[in-house]
Amino acid sequence: MIRRPSTLDALRAILAKDLRVELRTLQSVPAMALFAVTTFVLFRYGLDRKSLSGGLAAGVLLATILFAAILGVNRLFVAERDEGGFDAIRLAPVDGTALLGAKATALVIYLLLLEAIAVPAFALFFLDTWSGIPPLIGVLLLADVGLAATGVLISSIAANSRARDLLVPLVLLPLLVPVMIAAAGAAQQLLAAGGPSYDGVAKWLAVLAFYDMTFAAVGFAVRLPPRGLATPPTTLV
Amino acid sequence: MNPFNAVCKRIGAGWDNRSLMADAISVQRPDDPATTPGPVAAVQLSGLWREFGERAVLRDVTLDVPAGSTLSVLGPNGAGKTTLLRILATLLRPTAGEVSVLGSALPPDAWRVRGRIGYLAHEPLLYRDLTGAENLRFQARLHGLPGDGAERIGWLLDALRMSRRADEQVRNLSAGMVQRLAVCRALLHEPELLLLDEPTSHLDPEAAGIVEPLLGPDPGRTRVVVSHDVDAALAQADLVLALRAGGTVAYAGPASGLSAGDARAIYGGAP
Repeated sequence: MIRRPSTLDALRAILAKDLRVELRTLQSVPAMALFAVTTFVLFRYGLDRKSLSGGLAAGVLLATILFAAILGVNRLFVAERDEGGFDAIRLAPVDGTALLGAKATALVIYLLLLEAIAVPAFALFFLDTWSGIPPLIGVLLLADVGLAATGVLISSIAANSRARDLLVPLVLLPLLVPVMIAAAGAAQQLLAAGGPSYDGVAKWLAVLAFYDMTFAAVGFAVRLPPRGLATPPTTLV
Repeated sequence: MNPFNAVCKRIGAGWDNRSLMADAISVQRPDDPATTPGPVAAVQLSGLWREFGERAVLRDVTLDVPAGSTLSVLGPNGAGKTTLLRILATLLRPTAGEVSVLGSALPPDAWRVRGRIGYLAHEPLLYRDLTGAENLRFQARLHGLPGDGAERIGWLLDALRMSRRADEQVRNLSAGMVQRLAVCRALLHEPELLLLDEPTSHLDPEAAGIVEPLLGPDPGRTRVVVSHDVDAALAQADLVLALRAGGTVAYAGPASGLSAGDARAIYGGAP
């Protein structure tokens, strides 16, 4: 008799596998964090500024996190592609939503770990006051969800392309412009000189949340169709 | 003249594939399992074509494999054997023709048969940074095995004498040990259809002997086996599909209708 795991069980299994592999190989998060800290050093001397605030601070922080995230997005499906994981997962009675959901969740976790290192480093390099950091966490969390939802979609599409390292940034970055605009709009208020201001922050958070929901819905709609095959229904009989 | 030689002669005379196929089967008709009433077919192929770009790798393959029987697929490199297995495993879409596996049409109902197929591919489909046991537990969870398949995994590892090496990362194991783990993965969920692509590759004779009882013929399981060991393939098979380089069918019928010599002759075809 055939047994089918629930989508949530399959998602948990794939996520646990990904986190175990990352913990063992340290291939994504350390590279992302090192990239971010190095970029801050470059900004520090490139801009020749010891202190940043407002829009410039938000831009430096979010652009750095965005480019660091690309490293993680590029590696999301490497094991699946190189070690037959796509085939192994497609041979199991698992809904494609589980794979996309697990990869998106893994990317959110990687981004949170990245930010746990990058944001304090940014504050040490550039901020006079840390008072804007706590409210900034909410902005980053919403931006992470949007980045993960979009990044997983593009990464899954590019995974079997020979030009994937080029394809991901070329396709992903334009799609992430709304995330950058909204996150920077909120962050520049929170990182304003003299302490955080909350004017207009709610509007930008709403834009981020709308973006997140839109791309999560797109991801659910397309899932990850097995190569060349019809997508299985969400509820398997 | 035996059926295989008759087919070969007609290939030379330029007969099209469809008539060749029909001819091969018609010669075998009296005991052809595909045409006599019997058990339900586990695999049904009708006019199957697969092309990669402009190049056809499978041409007009028509065959029924009754449930519980073994089909051996023979042919030289580039004959489309692995492509055929990947289509049956729901991993590849046919370009044309009809494919039915375990009663479900592919590709539309592929999701119905996933979890009922065990596929032993050229690649082990194991994560190199996980241990053998972790890989199997992951697969067990994906297949919804109770208790994460701990009992079944333990039994398979013991049967394949891999228990002592199960906690080592796959990247540190020899090719033969990885192949044994791949056998565990393919059998883990007790599939109804086994697709075996050169199952004893990388295995020494002792290991091949250990694997054989687990992968061998079983009345409750249909097998499609790709092998270059003609004698062993014919000995175990109920049916044989012989493909020429380029994916044309040289023979499709009962194993008893094809001699080892004629089977070896297929490998002499120009690509």
